[in-house]
Amino acid sequence: MKRFAALLERLALTPSRNGKLRLLVDYFGQTPDPDRGLGLAAITRDLDLRTVKPALLRELVSERIDAELFALSYDYVGDLAETIALIWEPLGPPLDPALSDVVAQLNGAGRAGAGAEMARLLDGLGTSERYALVKLATGGLRVGVSARLAKQALADFGGFYVAEIEELWHGLQPPYRQVFAWAEGRADKPVQAALAPFRPVMLASALDEAVLAKLEPGDFLAEWKWDGIRVQATAEGTERRLYSRTGDDISGAFPDVIAHMAFEGALDGELLVRRASDGQIGAFADLQQRLNRKTVSKAMMARFPAFIRAYDLLEAGGENLRPLPFAERRARLVPFMTGLPAERFDVSPLIDFAHWEELAALRAAPPDPVIEGVMLKRRDSTYVPGRPKGPWFKWKRDPHVIDAVLMYAQRGHGKRSSFYSDYTFGVWNGEGQLVPVGKAYFGFTDEELRQIDKFVRDNTVERFGPVRSVRAEPEFGLVLEVAFEGLNRSKRHKSGVAMRFPRISRLRWDKPSAEADRLETLEAMLPPA
Amino acid sequence: MTPDALLHPRPEGLYCPAGDFHIDPVRPVARALITHGHADHARAGHGAVMATRRTLDVMAIRYGAGFAGSTQVPEGVVEVNGVRVSFHPAGHVLGSAQIRVEKDGVSVVAAGDYKRLADPTAEVFEPVRGTVFITEATFGLPVFRHPNPQAEIGKLLTSLTRFPERAHMVGVYALGKAQRVIRLIRDAGYDAPLYIHGALKKLCDYYEGEGIALGPLLPATSDAEPKDFAGRIVLAPPSAFAAKWGQRFPDPLICFASGWMQVRARARQRGVELPLVISDHCDWGELTDTITELDPEEVWVTHGREEALVRWCALNQRAARPLHLVGYEDEAEE
Ligand SMILES: [Zn+2]
Ligand SMILES: [Zn+2]
Repeated sequence: MKRFAALLERLALTPSRNGKLRLLVDYFGQTPDPDRGLGLAAITRDLDLRTVKPALLRELVSERIDAELFALSYDYVGDLAETIALIWEPLGPPLDPALSDVVAQLNGAGRAGAGAEMARLLDGLGTSERYALVKLATGGLRVGVSARLAKQALADFGGFYVAEIEELWHGLQPPYRQVFAWAEGRADKPVQAALAPFRPVMLASALDEAVLAKLEPGDFLAEWKWDGIRVQATAEGTERRLYSRTGDDISGAFPDVIAHMAFEGALDGELLVRRASDGQIGAFADLQQRLNRKTVSKAMMARFPAFIRAYDLLEAGGENLRPLPFAERRARLVPFMTGLPAERFDVSPLIDFAHWEELAALRAAPPDPVIEGVMLKRRDSTYVPGRPKGPWFKWKRDPHVIDAVLMYAQRGHGKRSSFYSDYTFGVWNGEGQLVPVGKAYFGFTDEELRQIDKFVRDNTVERFGPVRSVRAEPEFGLVLEVAFEGLNRSKRHKSGVAMRFPRISRLRWDKPSAEADRLETLEAMLPPA
Repeated sequence: MTPDALLHPRPEGLYCPAGDFHIDPVRPVARALITHGHADHARAGHGAVMATRRTLDVMAIRYGAGFAGSTQVPEGVVEVNGVRVSFHPAGHVLGSAQIRVEKDGVSVVAAGDYKRLADPTAEVFEPVRGTVFITEATFGLPVFRHPNPQAEIGKLLTSLTRFPERAHMVGVYALGKAQRVIRLIRDAGYDAPLYIHGALKKLCDYYEGEGIALGPLLPATSDAEPKDFAGRIVLAPPSAFAAKWGQRFPDPLICFASGWMQVRARARQRGVELPLVISDHCDWGELTDTITELDPEEVWVTHGREEALVRWCALNQRAARPLHLVGYEDEAEE
C-alpha cells in the first residue's frame, strides 16, 4: 500500500508523459505480485472493489471531529477525500498492509462492516496511504493517468508494443500475473482468452494539402468522413461487444446495435444515430444524447436509433484480415454485411473520383450534412494500430475546425450568470504545454452548458475571482471542437495566433486530451506573412 | 491592569502603551521589539530595536548596518518604561524568540512564529507561562499534521536516483528554511556539493559562522554548463524558478519545501512536481498541545487560520479570541 500511495502522489503532480511512464515502470519493477497488478488495475479502472459512499466516510469522520472544524478544513482543502485523509487522526496501531490485503479486506467486509473496516484501516495508515485508501474506496481515483498510458507503461516495462497489451487486455484479469511473468521473460506471451476482444485501431493523419500533388489518386480509395464516433463492433460465439476507439466497452449504451450483431468477426466503422422524426442521420449533438451512459431508456432508443456505417473488416469467422490490403478487406466487407439488417448496419460508400480536383469539389458539396470531409486510404494499406504516417488521411471539409482543450472558464452574464459559460481553450505547443488560443461563449446547447459547467466545478484547479482554471493535462481534460472563420497573426497572444469568431462546435468527451490539436496545425493555417 | 490594557492590536502592530513599544510592527515606530528576522516581522526603519543578537545580525544582513536608530540585545529580564520584558527561544528559525511582557502581575507571552519539532538549525522552544498566550495559527487547521521531515528529504533523495538527468530545484525561503533543508539533506548522509542561488548565500554563511555546519555549497549561478546540474540539488527562493535564472537548468524538477505542500491543490497551483512537507511552524497537534501545556488564562490567536483554533479552544473550555493583526504574510517566508 505504501508504494501504491507514493506512486499516486507522484503521478498526480508529474506533468510530463515520460515522467509518468518512468514512475509506473519503476512501480512495476519494484512491487511484487499481486500488488503491482492490482495497482495497475486501480489505475485502468479494472479493479473490482466494493466501493464506499462518501456519506459513510463523512459519518465516520463526524464521530471523530467537530463539524465546524471539519467544515473549515474542507473549505480550505477543497477535496473531500483529501480532507478526510488529512484530518483523520490515526489512533490505532500502525499498519503496513499490502494493497492486496486492503482490497481483500474491503471486499470481504460486506455492507454492514465496511464502515468499521475503513475506520480500522484509516487508524493505522500514514497520510498518503489514507488518501490512496479513501480515493480507492470511494471510486474516485483520478491521477492524471489514462488507461492507455498505464498500458503503455506496462509495454515499456516488458519491452513490447502497447498494441499487444491492448489486444490482450479484455481477456486479462487483475492482478495480471501472466502478463508480468511475460514482461519479465519468465513465461510466454499469454494467449488471448476472451471472446470478442478489442483490436487496437488504425488512425488517419490530417492531410496537408501541399502533399496531395505528390500522391497518385489511383493508389487511394476515398470515402466520406461521417460525423459520428469511431467504433469497433466485435462478435464471437455468445459474446458481442462495442468498443470506442480507445478500447472502452460502450456496449451498455447501445443495446439496439448489440441485439443485431449476428455475425462472427470484427467491424470497424462509424457509430451514428438516425432521427426517428424525419429519418435523417442525426447530427453529432443527437448522437451525444446516447453517449456517456451506462444504460439507455427505450424512449431514447426509439428517438435516436443507433446504427453502424462500416468501413473496414478486421476479422471474419475467426480469420484475421488485418494483414490484407485495404482494397481486399473492403471487398470482403460488402458480402460480410449482406445478411445484416440494413437499418442497423450499412457500408460506407466509396466515392468515385479520378483527380484530386474532382474529389475536392465533391468534398466541398457533400450529399449529407453529417459529412465532415473525406477519408483517403491507400488501397494497399494493411491495418496497423496507431497513426502510421502515409497510408490514411482525413481531409476535413471545413479547415477552420480544431480540437482544443478547455483551460479556463468564466461566469457568464445575465441569465447565464449562475453558469461558467465563457471558455478559454488552448492547444499543445512543441514543449507539450497548452497555450491559450482563443475564447468562446456560444455554440453549445443549454444541456451542454450544464455539462461543461459541471465539469468546470468538478475539476477546478484554481479560482481567480469569476474565473476558474480547470484540469487540462495530456491525460485528463475536456476537448472542445472549435470552429472559427479565420486566423490572424497576433503579437498580443502568447500563442502568436488569434481566431476570428470562434465558437464551440462540439464537445468531445470521447477524445483524449493529448490528441487535441497542436499549435503547429494552427500556424499552418495562417495566411502567409 | 487587564491583559488588553497591557498589549493590544494597533494598525502598526501589537502595542504596549505602558512600555510605549510595539512588537513586530509592520510600519516604522519609535521603539520595536522583534521576535525574528522574517521580513514581515522584522522591518527596517524603526527608531530603537530590541531583539536577540542573532535576529539583529539577520536584520543587518538583510537591510544593512543602519537598519534602525539603535539596537539592544535583551539580557535576562529588561525593564522598558516600567514594563518587564524578556525574550525566550521560539524554535522557528535561528535567533527567533517569544517575547514575554509583564506589569502589575499581568503577563502576555507573544510567541511570534514558533515550532516544537526538533531542529538543529534553531534554538529549542522554551515553554513560557503567562496570563495570556498569543499563538500563531499559520497551520491552524486539523488537516495539518506535518510528517517527519527526514522522510520528506528521503523522497527528494529517492527522486534524485530515479531522475538522475534532471536538476532537482528545491524552493526554500532564504532565512531558516534553506538552512534547515540543507542540514536535513546532510543528516540523510548526502555530502555532495549543493548548489545555491545567490540570494541564499549570505544567510547560509551566517549560519555556518554560528556553528551550524552546512557542508559544501557552490553557487548555482556560476558559469557551469547546464548539464552539470543534471542529478544535482539546486536550492533557490521559489520566485527564482519562474524567472530567467530558473530556465537554464536541464529538465528541472520543481520541489518546494513548505508546510503548504500538504495540500495537493497548493502544490499543483505552484507547478510543484515534488512537494516536501517541511515547515517552520507548528502543526495542529503542536499548537493545541502547546496551549494545553501552557494552560494560560486566555489564548489570543493571530497570523493564519484563527477561526479554527478559537473554535478548538471553545470546545476545550478555554477562553480565546482572534487578534486581527494586519500586515503579516500568511504564506510567504513560511
Ligand atoms: Zn516567521
Ligand atoms: Zn510569520
